[in-house]
Amino acid sequence: MQQVVPVVMLLGLWAAISKVGPWPALLFPSPFAVLKSFISMAADGRLVAGALKSLSRLFQGYFISVCVGLPLGVLIARMPWLNRGLKPLISGLQALPSICWLPLAILWFGLSESAIIFVVVMGSLLSVTIATEDGIRGIPPQLLAVSGTLGIRGLRLYAGVLIPAALPGIITGLKLGWSFAWRALMAGELLFVAGGLGQLLTTGRELLDVPQVMAVMGAIILIGVATDRLLFQTVEARVRRRWGLVAPT
Amino acid sequence: MLPAGHIKISIQEVQHRYGNDVQALEHVNLDVRSGEFVCLLGPSGCGKSTLLYALAGHFPPSAGSITIDDKQVVGPGPERLLMFQEAGLFPWMTVMQNLTFALRSRGLDRRAAKGRALEYLGQVHLNGFENSLPHELSGGMRMRVSLARALAMDPAVLLMDEPFGALDAETRGHMHQLLQRIWVRSRKTVVFVTHNVREALVLGDRVVVMAGRPGRILHELTVTVPRPRDPDDEQLVEYSREIRKALRAAEAATIPRGFPTPVPDTHPATYGEDTDALDEGAGAAGRAGRDAAWAVGRDL
Repeated sequence: MQQVVPVVMLLGLWAAISKVGPWPALLFPSPFAVLKSFISMAADGRLVAGALKSLSRLFQGYFISVCVGLPLGVLIARMPWLNRGLKPLISGLQALPSICWLPLAILWFGLSESAIIFVVVMGSLLSVTIATEDGIRGIPPQLLAVSGTLGIRGLRLYAGVLIPAALPGIITGLKLGWSFAWRALMAGELLFVAGGLGQLLTTGRELLDVPQVMAVMGAIILIGVATDRLLFQTVEARVRRRWGLVAPT
Repeated sequence: MLPAGHIKISIQEVQHRYGNDVQALEHVNLDVRSGEFVCLLGPSGCGKSTLLYALAGHFPPSAGSITIDDKQVVGPGPERLLMFQEAGLFPWMTVMQNLTFALRSRGLDRRAAKGRALEYLGQVHLNGFENSLPHELSGGMRMRVSLARALAMDPAVLLMDEPFGALDAETRGHMHQLLQRIWVRSRKTVVFVTHNVREALVLGDRVVVMAGRPGRILHELTVTVPRPRDPDDEQLVEYSREIRKALRAAEAATIPRGFPTPVPDTHPATYGEDTDALDEGAGAAGRAGRDAAWAVGRDL
């Protein structure tokens, strides 16, 4: 209830401003117009098709990021020489906004799916790598000493000790990587149109359909919040409980 | 009374000098028989932990030789298991998984590992806690899991570095009783490092008293009191007087000077409370007084 009241008030304020405000309703539509547009796009399948297209790209790019970024983070954490060589490069590239990869991606891959997936990968891979590296480096030395004296080595050490021990940190990185991937994807889809939610946004702009633009923005927010809440926060809370990092409530 | 085993660990003329030129060990000679429980006792900085870690193979000593079963110790190995002051359990694994994971790494199949884990958890009276997570257990229970894991791995030699140092006095007392009972049955070869006189006397077949600057063996004492031993046993109290006398004599003979702790800094938080008595460049008189306080111990 306490959460609902401010939301309703804000929506009311928005409706009131669009009604009496100085801006034409065309550019500042009421929340009802936006909702109507949302429903009509959902009904005729455009929204679902766009969302599926975008999510499919997101999953492909994110999957590659995790498959490459996670092992890379582990290797960098465990091999000093690799760390010395790659760490400055990774920190440097991390400072580059991911959309800056798009021109290069288009030159390399053409105006293709690969180009946009490449941008998504570059947007999220390094944050996964960095978080994994931090997680592995943050493992209490005592656990490593114990593993050593118990004779745990090789794959069993990596899969059974190092990655689980670093998992709370790794999940933070996966979460960060996901949100970076989502942003990179939207930026990419806006700039070069080939289906997806980004294209719906662009179409809305071209048709001067502000309710559509706002409705798609709403959908993008919804997807972002839903994955964060439903997927990452649940997993994170579980891991932290299991690892004994939070007091059981 | 003594286990008449063959010589398991042989330490000959071992010396070690750290990079900062501290002579951590000098002319250390010690033989440990198979099935013997030897306690290395001494104040912080006497080289007892250095000696233990050399035994574990964590670093090669500057000179001398260490052999186990006539084989030179080179690097850490699974036949020499180290137990630390922290229980060192994997926090995401249940009690059971902590044991089976270690056992499976030694090549046991799932069923054999589980059976063995149950057997050793029973020995430390943790039946019913197989599915608990480490953070749900008390410090003493965690240490018991750690002990069960170490014993289940069946190392040729068990090396223990103040394993009960972080426990409260009462829990520690319980651990001493438990360890005695288990040891009487298993007769493992154990080298146990402690700075607690009572602990050494209650547990050891032999107590090797070490002194620092340079780290050396000062005194050896064979404890023939039958197990299970009562910490208030008169014979043990008599021994503890003897040990304290030896330590005081060593203290008096040492020229005081500024002295960095040569012990590998594995658990600084708990070392802190007794290192200060030795590390400060304090006068010999104050030092002797505080050393007496150390020798009496928090709970002796």
